[in-house]
Amino acid sequence: MTALSFFYIISAALFILGLKGLSHPKWARRGMFLAELGMLMAVIGTLFHHEIVTYKWIIAGVVIGSGIGATMGLRIPMTAVPQRTALSHSLGALAATLVGISEYFRHGSALGRVKMAAIGLEVVIGGLTFTGSLMAAAKLQELLPGAPITYKGQNVSNISLLTLIVALLVSLVAAPSAAPLFYGMVALALLFGCLMVIPIGAADMPVVIALLNSYAGLADAAMGFVLMNKIQIITGSLDGTSGFLLSLLMCRAMNRSAANVLFGAFGKVDAGAGGVAAEAKGTVRAIAADEMAVLLESVRSIIVVPGYGMAVAQAQHGVAELASLLGKRGVDVKYAIHPVAGRMPGHMNVLLAEANVPYDRLYEMEQINAYFAGADLALVIGANDVTNPAARTDRASPLYGMPILEVDRARSIIVLKRSMRPGFAGVDNDLYYNPKCMMLFGDAKESINRLFAALKS
Amino acid sequence: MNPELEIGLYIFMLAGFLGYHVITRVPPLLHTPLMSATNAISGISLVGSLVVAGADYGPLSTMLGFIAVTCSTVNVVGGFLITDRMLKMFKKGDERR
Repeated sequence: MTALSFFYIISAALFILGLKGLSHPKWARRGMFLAELGMLMAVIGTLFHHEIVTYKWIIAGVVIGSGIGATMGLRIPMTAVPQRTALSHSLGALAATLVGISEYFRHGSALGRVKMAAIGLEVVIGGLTFTGSLMAAAKLQELLPGAPITYKGQNVSNISLLTLIVALLVSLVAAPSAAPLFYGMVALALLFGCLMVIPIGAADMPVVIALLNSYAGLADAAMGFVLMNKIQIITGSLDGTSGFLLSLLMCRAMNRSAANVLFGAFGKVDAGAGGVAAEAKGTVRAIAADEMAVLLESVRSIIVVPGYGMAVAQAQHGVAELASLLGKRGVDVKYAIHPVAGRMPGHMNVLLAEANVPYDRLYEMEQINAYFAGADLALVIGANDVTNPAARTDRASPLYGMPILEVDRARSIIVLKRSMRPGFAGVDNDLYYNPKCMMLFGDAKESINRLFAALKS
Repeated sequence: MNPELEIGLYIFMLAGFLGYHVITRVPPLLHTPLMSATNAISGISLVGSLVVAGADYGPLSTMLGFIAVTCSTVNVVGGFLITDRMLKMFKKGDERR
């Protein structure tokens, strides 16, 4: 055993301790410090690898990479964290793909079956994750339309493409020397990554990002098998499991199967049914900001229900200030966070933490639902489908069975909303026709500002 | 089965089970930092890329290795920095500025 393997073992232990630290915000930063130390040890140890003959390209790569990484890490706004995460999956996958290509180019026909299979998996998973994550990042950054892009025979052609890729992989394992087949397989994997993500809508991105996280981990683990580097097998496996668990959690929160997210192109199909039935449901009551300010004077407990619309309107800072003002007046303010409230798992918590909301005020769906019945007011800001009581009661609704925040149990409800436009699922929200519910129409940020002015006067 | 592969597969499986237990204890509150942390950690592919970029495997391998080193470093540096930036913001009610 060399000194390097000893370094790697300690690094692996530090990585696991680092992730374990994330079980509580109190220990999380300390844990990450351990993981950083582990990374530093592994990298410095590797620089003494006996095969390294020149440091020219290593230094260039590390300097450029650190520059880009530091800019991204320090400058990117919290609303853009999902894009950055997707971009980082794509870079990790690209690195794995390139190392795989380099290994194939170097050994070619001399490769054994096991190693060829590992390289094949590395470049296929790496390739599709690279382009797939780029597409996801482009959709999140709105460089591409967020709506699903669909065409006839999409699923059939995608599945045939995947089958072709697998067939090429199998034939290469049998006969590794067929270089054109190898490069063809890489190209098809890159193409498949694009085609896989374009039919998925922006609001489904939490699932997609988590799934691509898992693929990036698997590509990394495959690279570990190619280079027989055990620490990469460990981190790849951890990353793969983490992404997979998160994508399952997100699917459960949307009451959909992974297959439905990947092949369903949700949100394009159901748009027709909801709008027509709307008129029969009753009337919608509007409220003005100064009326709402009067109402807030008499309220003792509030549950704020934020959705991604709040982040789009950049209203989270105003909401947090309003909540802290009410808190000073003795009002109990809690926040109800639905698992899919942001564009990636846990995103809403980060946005609210940035707005200086203490994390002990943030409640998960399972915890908060018990509190709604005792709340004087539920304040819904930019959330829609996750508050629709039809998910509980209406078997005909496409949302039926989805776990929701039980806003309708609160004593009164105010919804901040731009217009009556339905949410992502294209379903009308029954909540708005509830006699306890009032709507404050307009841009969330402006509404909050007007509310502030009225409260202070 | 080739003994090295066998050990690798055992490591892969055990790390998967370990991951399951560690990750399920992470509260949804910290799921975004979790994802950027696993991103940063999986930047360990840097160690593989370093060898490809620095060894004498021919100019094509060196170039591919150089790009791979750059990509992995972006993930490591960017991932750890943004994770720390996020974790710094999580404060309890009595620790607020």
